[in-house]
Amino acid sequence: MAAGVLIVWQVLATRRLIDPFFVSRPSAIAGRVWEWMASGFIWRHLAVTLEEAVLAFVIGTVLGIGAGFVLARGRRASLIFNPYLRVLNALPRVVLAPLFLLWFGLGIWSKVALGVTLVFFVVFFNTYQGVRDVDRVLVDNARVLGASEAALIRHVFGPSALTWIFSSLQTSIGFAIVGAVVGEYLGASRGIGYVISQAEGTFDTTGVFAGLAVLSVCVVIVGEAVARLERRLLAWKR
Amino acid sequence: MSTAVALQDLACGFPIPTGDTYWAVRDLSFETPAGSFTAIVGPTGCGKSTILNVIAGLLAPSAGRVLIAGEPLSALNRNATYMFQQDALLPWKSVIDNVALGLLFAGVPRSDARRQAQTWLDRIGLAAFAEHYPSQLSGGMRKRIAMAQHWVMERDLLLMDEPFSALDVHTRQAMESELLALWTGSGRTVLFVTHDLEEAIALADEILVISAGPASRVVSRHVVPLARPRDLLEIRTHPGFHELYGRIWTDLRREVVRSRERTTA
Ligand SMILES: Nc1ncnc2c1ncn2[C@@H]1O[C@H](COP(=O)(O)OP(=O)(O)O)[C@@H](O)[C@H]1O
Ligand SMILES: [Mg+2]
Repeated sequence: MAAGVLIVWQVLATRRLIDPFFVSRPSAIAGRVWEWMASGFIWRHLAVTLEEAVLAFVIGTVLGIGAGFVLARGRRASLIFNPYLRVLNALPRVVLAPLFLLWFGLGIWSKVALGVTLVFFVVFFNTYQGVRDVDRVLVDNARVLGASEAALIRHVFGPSALTWIFSSLQTSIGFAIVGAVVGEYLGASRGIGYVISQAEGTFDTTGVFAGLAVLSVCVVIVGEAVARLERRLLAWKR
Repeated sequence: MSTAVALQDLACGFPIPTGDTYWAVRDLSFETPAGSFTAIVGPTGCGKSTILNVIAGLLAPSAGRVLIAGEPLSALNRNATYMFQQDALLPWKSVIDNVALGLLFAGVPRSDARRQAQTWLDRIGLAAFAEHYPSQLSGGMRKRIAMAQHWVMERDLLLMDEPFSALDVHTRQAMESELLALWTGSGRTVLFVTHDLEEAIALADEILVISAGPASRVVSRHVVPLARPRDLLEIRTHPGFHELYGRIWTDLRREVVRSRERTTA
């Protein structure tokens, strides 16, 4: 299927049935990616993007899990904070990007901040649901067996939340990368988003598509690693 | 003989949408001697689970007193374990870790806890399944594991809420025998809720009949004079069994009918 699309694309573009100025050609894109890798150009930019994405993912996940547990277990905390979180989550995050540029500068932290606002809510809502989703009788049974609140979180709520967090991991990792790339796109001097925006500025469609291709491959590789980890950690589900 | 559990004028109300209170049980009193096996029977919805929840300390009564070994109960009951009607094993823990759970909570080191759990798995014949997850086992096996999970705690009082009602007849009889074997000579007190009168007679020393809700009370108490140890395969053919069944059923039947009239009315 994918190969078919590439072949048709290549043929159409070579015969100039569609204008390669707008869509480039697969062979040219592959050539560009190869060039980038050989010169080491792309690795430098990819490393920056991944660093931002990893930081955004880690910070967003830690905050999301923490907030999820506190709000799901504390009735009062939930009453106070839930409305605010809903409003914040309704904000389109992209409009925050210029603000973050202003606050955190052109370096990596404005991109990390953007990614965090995206990752946090995904992880938060899933942790919250995972904790709330636990069957009442499992909690009562554990309490009868002598579980403290800490033991409940470790042995009962935690594992339940983990299944929810895992089911959303592909999304939150995707968001971490989106945050980094969009942030770079809007203002940076390094990273894949910067490479794409530079190519765009010079009407270099081949460069734009090459940047997108590198990004897609990264996302697929990370996604596969996550799926493997999930199969290991959630073995009890089968 | 000392008293293991005493309920005095217990009342439990739940708020209902109209703003009123639904009284599940009201003015309910009974006591059970330490070391005895007491069965509680009554129509569905009469408040049997509610009574056990109160004795376990999971539900605070609206009124009345709960005495455990003579002491008023104010928080979670640390003398009791409670086998719920529903499946309550943690699906993400292996069989052996589920059995060891309570010991772990009590601060027993993990390797010791697992060793003790293993002994129990040997005892209930499920040693081969130690590393399986609950979802990989049959309902009967899960009930046996739940039993081990609670018996391993070695607490004085065992609360059991219709533990075998979802099992087929043969598994059920095997589990009943297993339960009696575990209990005999242990000196522990069992409160066993069931809606099956035959099961109650086969297992218990004494049977409490609870009235149809709302505001359920204890309607009558019946001592089971059948000798121990009991052979559960034979006991139903014992002449005393049918005589007793007839007598208790007269009481229970009346409550079941009333309960049905109320729920269909
Ligand atoms: N948490 C609750 N909120 C409202 N009503 C309840 C609650 N728990 C039990 N009840 C009601 O109390 C009555 C007794 O319930 P239960 O103890 O579960 O009965 P049983 O175990 O004998 O079938 C039922 O009518 C049930 O609807
Ligand atoms: Mg019940």
